[in-house]
Amino acid sequence: MERIAEQIRKEASRLLDSGEVELVVGFKKGTIPMVNRPWFARTPEEAKEFHWDGFCNLNLVNYLTKRKGKVAVVAKGCDSRSLVLHFQEHQITRDQVVILGVPCHGMLDRRKLQRAAGKKEILDVAEKNGSVILRGKELELVLPREEALQHCCTICEHRNPVLADMVLAPEVEERKTDRFSDIAQIEAKEARERWNFFRKILSTCIRCYACRNACPHCYCPECFVDCSRPQWVGKSQDPDDVFTFHLFRAFHMAGRCTDCGSCERACPMGIPVRLLTRKLEKEIKERWGYEVGLSLEGIPPLATYRPDDPQDFIM
Amino acid sequence: MDAKMLPKADVSGFLGELRGKGYEIWGPVEVDGAVDTMPLDGTASPVTEYWNSRVSPKAMVFPQSERMFVFSVDRSRPDAFILKEVEEPCIGRLAFAIRPCDARAFGILDKVFLVQGAWQDPYYARKRESMVVMALGCNSPCTTCFCHWTGGGPFSREGVDIMMTDLGEGFLLEPVTDKGRELLQGIDLPGASPSNLEEAKGLQDAATAAMGEPLDPSHIRKRPLLEMFGDSYWERAHEACIKCGTCTYLCPTCSCFDIQDEVRGPCGVRGRNWDTCMFPLTTLHASGHNPRPTGKERFRQRFMHKLRYFLDDFGTIMCVGCGRCVQFCPVNIDIREIIRELRG
Repeated sequence: MERIAEQIRKEASRLLDSGEVELVVGFKKGTIPMVNRPWFARTPEEAKEFHWDGFCNLNLVNYLTKRKGKVAVVAKGCDSRSLVLHFQEHQITRDQVVILGVPCHGMLDRRKLQRAAGKKEILDVAEKNGSVILRGKELELVLPREEALQHCCTICEHRNPVLADMVLAPEVEERKTDRFSDIAQIEAKEARERWNFFRKILSTCIRCYACRNACPHCYCPECFVDCSRPQWVGKSQDPDDVFTFHLFRAFHMAGRCTDCGSCERACPMGIPVRLLTRKLEKEIKERWGYEVGLSLEGIPPLATYRPDDPQDFIM
Repeated sequence: MDAKMLPKADVSGFLGELRGKGYEIWGPVEVDGAVDTMPLDGTASPVTEYWNSRVSPKAMVFPQSERMFVFSVDRSRPDAFILKEVEEPCIGRLAFAIRPCDARAFGILDKVFLVQGAWQDPYYARKRESMVVMALGCNSPCTTCFCHWTGGGPFSREGVDIMMTDLGEGFLLEPVTDKGRELLQGIDLPGASPSNLEEAKGLQDAATAAMGEPLDPSHIRKRPLLEMFGDSYWERAHEACIKCGTCTYLCPTCSCFDIQDEVRGPCGVRGRNWDTCMFPLTTLHASGHNPRPTGKERFRQRFMHKLRYFLDDFGTIMCVGCGRCVQFCPVNIDIREIIRELRG
């Protein structure tokens, strides 16, 4: 981890010093354990603050939308796919971005770790040889790293950046996973049961829109929930309006979500919002065999038209 | 001696008795591994070993969505489009085992909603006036707590009617106000012994000492207001912030709301919902102009309001140091750091 951080600092410093980029976006160590802060370095001096550990989980592409000038960004596999999508959707151009790729062993799930620590406060987390060590007052707990991963990382099939200008760590082994077993379980439920299930998981939503704002691909200049003329959706805690927000958001993500997990991680209420986006990911994969953001040449199925497109869903 | 002991095994009986006296009781409840403050309807039992609830108890007096008026849009009715007040029974609400920081937060909300000699917000007032607060002091505050910076402490009695101290087997209940004393007098519980009081004093002193040296945010006032407002500091400080509403919606002191008319079929409701300075819509004018057009202005508003305007207007900052925003911010915006940096 420290070696990766050192590489990021070195490359960032070189890029800024030479004037190749005016800004490098990465992470700096957070003020509390298990959360790091996006960091924006504009001088080699500021580049010294770059940090890397298992909590660099936010998708930094969020900060590149419509940005002017030349920037470098630290990108894991999922982030690199978001970059590809950003290039395809013209949110920033390829020649504006220097991609500092970081092959990823998966990021750690803060909530899982806290559950493991029970009622003891985690004051420090260290990672060593495939283990995670939690320390606190009367707390010393060692967990296998694999068990501490965020759910999205446990089913990730693209851990290496799909596009990068330089890769700052050795490539990691890719693996095949069963991405949709939990989705299939929900699909198997009766309609009424499914309805009740989603009503229940969305019942704690406080409409802070952290899920939306943490997502690099939710970049509409005006979100439909913020539009007041016309007002598409009510603003109260009425479950129908809460539901509408989540369903619309998920549909806007159809064929555009890289399952980086930023939405779910940002949610203060721990709502598993990825169940909705992954259902759509599954549909896209089944209908068009498409995975988002794997190459610049890929054609996003919902942003294109072919006369022989499947039409059997039209009633 | 007014103080009493509540054995842990008797908590549900105690709450049942209060419920019998007509109180609607709210308290910390564990939901899917997290703790939220919610109504204890008799089936949910409160947790008392917790740091703080995720959602603050402010919803007891200022719910996220609240109906103010109802109306009909059926033009054939003589009362079409006439606003009618929503009748709400006046029930006594009792907060059980909330944290002292959140108890203090009600005092800050009072400054906004119950302006002495000026006007009172009726929706807030009718819930707040009859409210009783039982606060559970923090034997082991956590590292994101900074109540002592804001004038509070792990056993602060401000805004508290009955102070609870966890003595292991049971809770010491010390009345702080007449309201609290009255409530305790009517309930059959064993009186506290001098050794109970002594033990509690020891725990309270130890917790207070464990908080470390506070930083006094009121020093922020020393800087000229416009200089602070125009400080280039904000350009960089807001950069990581994604402008979601997590900090303000979890905050026990944030009080902004938005009034909306919503109609379903022939029935209309005028209600108010929590709003947040983080959202662009909050300040969007009907003309299309937005005085806080970018994230920088919205971020600055949050901190200037909490740490400066409120201090100038009411002599206290709009923060009780509960640490929720620090814990839950997805990008680690830390108000303690902002306080430190704004003090210069």
